[in-house]
Amino acid sequence: MANDVLIPTPLRVYADKQDVVQVEGNTVGELLQNLTVKYSDLKKHLYNEDGRLRSFVNIYLNDDDIRYLDKEATVVKDGDTISIVPSVAGGWDE
Amino acid sequence: MNETKPELNNDEVARYSRHLIMPEVGMDGQLKLKSASVLCIGAGGLGSPVAMYLAAAGVGRIGIVDFDVVDYSNLQRQVIHGTPDVGRSKIDSARDRLNAINPEVTVETHDVALSSENALELLANYDVIVDGTDNFPTRYLVNDACVILGKPNVYGSIFRFEGQASVFATKDGPCYRCLYPEPPPPGLVPSCAEGGVLGILPGVVGTIQATEAVKLIIGVGEPLVNRFMIYDALRMKFRELKLRKDPECPVCGETPTVTELIDYEQFCGITATVDDVSLEALDTTVKDLKTRIDGKDEVLVLDVREPQEFQICRIPGSTLIPLNDLPQRLAELEGYKDMVVHCKSGIRSAKAVKLLHEAGFSSAKNLRGGILAWIDEIDPSLPKY
Repeated sequence: MANDVLIPTPLRVYADKQDVVQVEGNTVGELLQNLTVKYSDLKKHLYNEDGRLRSFVNIYLNDDDIRYLDKEATVVKDGDTISIVPSVAGGWDE
Repeated sequence: MNETKPELNNDEVARYSRHLIMPEVGMDGQLKLKSASVLCIGAGGLGSPVAMYLAAAGVGRIGIVDFDVVDYSNLQRQVIHGTPDVGRSKIDSARDRLNAINPEVTVETHDVALSSENALELLANYDVIVDGTDNFPTRYLVNDACVILGKPNVYGSIFRFEGQASVFATKDGPCYRCLYPEPPPPGLVPSCAEGGVLGILPGVVGTIQATEAVKLIIGVGEPLVNRFMIYDALRMKFRELKLRKDPECPVCGETPTVTELIDYEQFCGITATVDDVSLEALDTTVKDLKTRIDGKDEVLVLDVREPQEFQICRIPGSTLIPLNDLPQRLAELEGYKDMVVHCKSGIRSAKAVKLLHEAGFSSAKNLRGGILAWIDEIDPSLPKY
């Protein structure tokens, strides 16, 4: 079973410019691991040097923040959508 | 809010008639708008529609914080400014535009860079704060100041064709730090100046912010609290994510550790590091480069901008390898003894030079000021962007 992972605009450049990627995995953590195997450039944007998810990147299972579910152990069901939501600063211009 | 009970004059009744006949606004709501005050941080892409619509809606007092000057490259999206305003200060240009839209509202301009020293004093004077800034230090500063003062923070953010909006720091809702406890390290996330932005996008996100500000003031509807709106203009999709107040949030949690404003440049890691200082030694100037090109020196001019930027203007004889592709394309640089790396202004090329030195290309130098400096000092016939 593969689930949709929605790639945000700033990270699409590291995922072959795609906005949605199909990835397999039983948990959110597995799924993200598989995603970074497929697109290795994404890895440093999602994880820090200790292998932990970066604090300016939030992961949502459907519309819920996984920090309030079972974090990376959150079980993924058929039809669930995973969203990567990084912080974006833009507003006016430099 | 003002202490004297405001009234509408006949001109105002005519002006706001489409509000007044609506039960959700009505006379009571319009008077609330008239006695309310909103501070727009930034008179740029987001600040433009926010300030214009709030002025048109009759928000009694509108403050604008900005210290920038209108540039041609702003006009594609900063619709509060017009072509004749290029070169003027943004707050002067914005004030004129708002006065033209609605002379009944008071416009207060603040020609300062928002800082930890002035933020509390400035924000304290307004009911609602609208964050239209473009950088992480100011975002965290605005958030923390709003939490400390108990002011709602109407948040909006844009990148390329994707926008985000929410309302933070209300009494029971989350703050920006509940969502993102820490900023990304510098350089990992591109800015609008680097990544570009669809000119209409801040129009959509800014009008969402203006809508939320008006709803907060009138007290109607369901505010965008505990919710995070994401808008994708390419797919024309709005998505909504749930937000929660983090009980362990350092600013708005149960036992806050941040109770006064801090050094946000340092918090966001933007102070100069040893790396940056040693990188300066690897700078070269446009005059130097020109002399070397004219003297037929064998120097590779490596342009690390994006192909779209290369199309606009380029230094003659330069080779294009976008920064993101550079790690995979290092082999193409083998055999070049000397290279000068440039981008638009010198920030991306500094990263490239660091990367090249780490990969063993010890002759790589960074062109200070990028192609903008080249245009200013060597070839003013090239277009600037």
